[in-house]
Amino acid sequence: MQNFIDAYSWVNLRFLLEGLWVTIYVSAISVVLSFIIGSILGLIRYVKIKYLSMIVGFIIDLIRNLPLLLIIFFMYFGLPSTFGIRLNTVTAAIVALTVFESAMLAEIIRSGIQSIGVGQMEAARSNGLTYLQAMWYIILPQAFRNMVPPIVSQFVSLVKDSSLATIILLPELMYHSQIIYGQNTNYMIPMFVALAFLYFVICFLLSRLSKRLARRLH
Amino acid sequence: MISILTAHWSELVEGMKYTIGSSLIALIGSLILGIIFAMFVISPNRWLRIIGSVYVEIFRNIPLLVVAMFFYIVMPRFVPGLDGFKAGTIGLTIYTSAFIAETFRAGIESVAVGQMEAARSNGMTYLQAMKYIILPQATKIVIPPLGNQFVNLVKNSSVLAFLAGFDLMYQGNLIASTTFKTTDTYLAVGLLYLVMTMPLSYLMRYLEKRWSRLPTV
Repeated sequence: MQNFIDAYSWVNLRFLLEGLWVTIYVSAISVVLSFIIGSILGLIRYVKIKYLSMIVGFIIDLIRNLPLLLIIFFMYFGLPSTFGIRLNTVTAAIVALTVFESAMLAEIIRSGIQSIGVGQMEAARSNGLTYLQAMWYIILPQAFRNMVPPIVSQFVSLVKDSSLATIILLPELMYHSQIIYGQNTNYMIPMFVALAFLYFVICFLLSRLSKRLARRLH
Repeated sequence: MISILTAHWSELVEGMKYTIGSSLIALIGSLILGIIFAMFVISPNRWLRIIGSVYVEIFRNIPLLVVAMFFYIVMPRFVPGLDGFKAGTIGLTIYTSAFIAETFRAGIESVAVGQMEAARSNGMTYLQAMKYIILPQATKIVIPPLGNQFVNLVKNSSVLAFLAGFDLMYQGNLIASTTFKTTDTYLAVGLLYLVMTMPLSYLMRYLEKRWSRLPTV
C-alpha cells in the first residue's frame, strides 16, 4: 500500500499527466488527419475510377495487412537512412499513425457506402438528382449513420496504438510510466494500474460517446 | 531488399516461426476464452453477465502493449520462468479474447430471438437450444470477423519485439541494427508479414461476400 502512496506522488502524477497529454495530442492530430485522408481514399476506392481506384485499393490493402509497429519503425528509422528525411519522434508517430489509420478508415468508409442499396441511388437519379447530389443528399447521410460506430472504434484503436510509439521514445503515457518504474521497481504495479486506468477512461468515454451518437442519428 | 532476404533468410524464417507459433497459440487460447466470456455476457445469470462485460470492456479499452508488458515485467515476480515469448503470447491471448467475445456476442445476438423462443417452446433446454439452433446459425456470421481477428493477431504479435520474443519484427530489428540497411530490412520484413496476412484477409473478404448473398435463415 505504501508503494502506491509513494508512487502516486505529485511529481510522478504530473509526469504521467504530461505523458497523457502527448498521447491525447498525437492521437487527436492523427484522428483528424486520418479521417480526412481516409474519407478521400475510401471514396476513390468506391467510385471506381479506372486504374486509380485499383491502385489506391491495393495500397490500402497492403497497409492494412502490415503491423503498425513496422510502419512506425519505417517512418523513424527507414526514411532518414534512405531518403534523408529525418522526422522528429512526434512527427514520425503522427505520420505513421495517420498512414495506418487512414487505410483502416478508408475501408470502413468504402464498405459503409457500399452497404447502402443500389436502389437508393437509382431512385435518387430517376427523381432528377445528379450523381453528386444523390451522393451528397441521399447516400452519404445514410452511410454515415452506419459508419459512426466502426469509425469511433477505430479511433479507440488509434489511441491504444499510439502506445506503440514508445519504441521510438515518443514521450507519451506508456513511455513516461516506464521512466517512473525504471527509477524504482516498487512502482511497477502502481504504474500499471495507473496506465490501465488512464487508457481505459479515454477509450471507454470515446466508445460511450459513439453509442450515444449512433442512437441520436437513428 | 533481395540481398537482405537472401543473406538473413534463416533468421527471418526463425522469426516467422515464432510469429506464427505465438499467433496460433493465442488464437486457440483466445477462442476458448472468448467463447466462455461471450456466454457469460449473454447468459441469463446477472452476475455472470457482469463478470463477462467487465472483462470484455476492460481488455478492449487497454492497449495490447500495456497488457503484454504487464505479463513481461510484473508477472515474472510471481510466476518464475515467464520469458518474453510466453508473456507476450499470454498478453495477446487475453487481449484478443475480449474482441472475440464481442464478435461472438454480436453473432449470437444477430440470430433472431424468435429462434431461441421457438427452440425452447419445442421443449429444448437453454443449452440444447444454444448448441443445436443458435450456435450453428451464428457460426456463419462469425467466421469472417474471426478470420480478421486472426489477421490482427499476426500483426499484433509484433509487440513481441518489445519483449525480446524472437518474432519476425524482433529479428528484423536485429538485422537492421547490424547491417544498417534499415529501409531494405523493413521492406523485407513487411513483405514477409504480407505473405502471412494477405491471403487470409482476402479469403475472409471472399467468404463475407459469398455468405452475405445467401438468404439469411
